[in-house]
Amino acid sequence: MLQSIVHVCLAGLSQGMFIWLVASGLTLIFGVLGVLNFAHGSFYMLGAYFCFMVLRALGENFWWGLLLGPVCVAAVGYLVERFFLRRVYGLELPYQLLLTFAFVLLFDDLVKIFWGAASIGTPPAPGLADSIMILGRRFPSYNLFVIAVGPLLALGLWGLLEKTWAGRIIRASSSDREMASALGVKVPTLFTAVFVFGTWLGALGGGLAVPYLGLLTPGMGEQIIIEAFVVAVIGGLGSLKGAFLGALVIGLLSAFGTRFLPTFDMFLTFILMAGVLLWRPQGFFGEAR
Amino acid sequence: MLLDVGGINTYYGTSHILQDVSFSVDSGEVVALLGRNGVGKTTTLRSVMGLTPPRDGTVRLQDQELRGLAAHAISRLGVAYMPDDLRIFPDLTCEENLQIAAKLSPRTGYWNQERVEELFPVLADRRRQKGLNMSGGEKKMLSMGRALMSNPQLILMDEPSEGLAPLVVRALAGSIMEIRSHGVTILLADQNLKFCRQVCDRGYIIEKGRIVHQGTMEDIWGNEAVVKKYLAL
Ligand SMILES: Nc1ncnc2c1ncn2[C@@H]1O[C@H](COP(=O)(O)OP(=O)(O)OP(=O)(O)O)[C@@H](O)[C@H]1O
Ligand SMILES: [Mg+2]
Repeated sequence: MLQSIVHVCLAGLSQGMFIWLVASGLTLIFGVLGVLNFAHGSFYMLGAYFCFMVLRALGENFWWGLLLGPVCVAAVGYLVERFFLRRVYGLELPYQLLLTFAFVLLFDDLVKIFWGAASIGTPPAPGLADSIMILGRRFPSYNLFVIAVGPLLALGLWGLLEKTWAGRIIRASSSDREMASALGVKVPTLFTAVFVFGTWLGALGGGLAVPYLGLLTPGMGEQIIIEAFVVAVIGGLGSLKGAFLGALVIGLLSAFGTRFLPTFDMFLTFILMAGVLLWRPQGFFGEAR
Repeated sequence: MLLDVGGINTYYGTSHILQDVSFSVDSGEVVALLGRNGVGKTTTLRSVMGLTPPRDGTVRLQDQELRGLAAHAISRLGVAYMPDDLRIFPDLTCEENLQIAAKLSPRTGYWNQERVEELFPVLADRRRQKGLNMSGGEKKMLSMGRALMSNPQLILMDEPSEGLAPLVVRALAGSIMEIRSHGVTILLADQNLKFCRQVCDRGYIIEKGRIVHQGTMEDIWGNEAVVKKYLAL
């Protein structure tokens, strides 16, 4: 029983970390730009495919893919922000959703055109391909690595936002764009930078998912973007702390759901969201409006 | 001439707010924009800062045309803005609110955190306090201090005396004299004629988006007809 619970927890934590990686970029972009980016799941998917493409080109080594793939996707994010998203900042939410949803469809089709509609098998990560014994049962060492990366990234983001001037300028601009610009912040450029960085975070999640899933599928971004949205909402839109905790909760809940109540897997997640929204509509750490 | 505004027209959407507004501020002067509620004082300051850009006319800072530049570019040329609602960043500490202005400004000069805290000693006691938790009076000093931290040539102050007790207004007048003595030029919008008389050299009276009168503060103070027509409440 203990063994089973520990393993379900570990599985939930690693699942939660992917949700966190995607939710962190989504939350950062929403917090600063005020745009709910549906296409964020596509960046996750592109992160996985670009990682795969790079690792193919560079001797089947996953680590090169993880290093370079998300950077390529960040460049795609740059083009999306600079030439499309920038035009809808002043418009109402439905326009922003429509535009970002158009990108979801576009990227799904592009992936099918370039890599085919079938799933692609992927190699494991060199150095972390085996598994280790935990309480008498094997657990993939790569998944432990993922569990470690999540909190490290959270710590890094926290340090960046709280302890550096770039971070303080980002926080100031997200709370008051106009005053920030009157103090010399080139707000459009800052927005581009934050969007590119958020895109990179989502793509990093996708890259990390390559050895974890062992399989690439067009449309793989859709499940995770829904979970990341749920997480962002229950955590409080725009709150990174909330996104991190929310991702842990959703990851664990869905792991326990899969193990003990397989038919109700996603159901539990949405029950939780509905419950949180009824009890605290602004989410765990959101500000009341 | 430091600031020369010529014939600007500013709109909010389709409402035509500023109509052919012209005025100027010499280097080292303190100049007041006077007028009742809703006549366009804030809009004039925002037009200079590039926050609600005028549709036509000119806004010159020395020989540089500001109209058409974004607010961040205008700020980098040495114009600072203290809004009527102060706009302190709630998440940042008092000290960070000051330092962020210095970090974002390419300009250097007399003003730094130490000098600002000398001018407003209470800010030194509040260094680690979040903007969110500061009192209205503290926020006012912080907003003025933040404007100074960018070492501007010109500060635009919106309603500096509003909401302050008479004794505090007197202290504020002293601070403004001190700021001016370090070569900073000030354009302020205020409704407190007595305060403006203490700190300003000249004034422009605005009525329904037009400049209707101008003169030295002593002239305006002594001109009962004008005061009654445009300023009396
Ligand atoms: N954002 C806005 N949208 C539309 N109209 C506006 C807006 N801001 C101000 N106005 C209008 O523009 C006119 C001038 O406003 P402004 O704030 O410049 O006046 P003011 O002289 O600063 O007044 P106060 O003494 O109340 O601060 C007013 O009639 C006001 O209703
Ligand atoms: Mg005003």
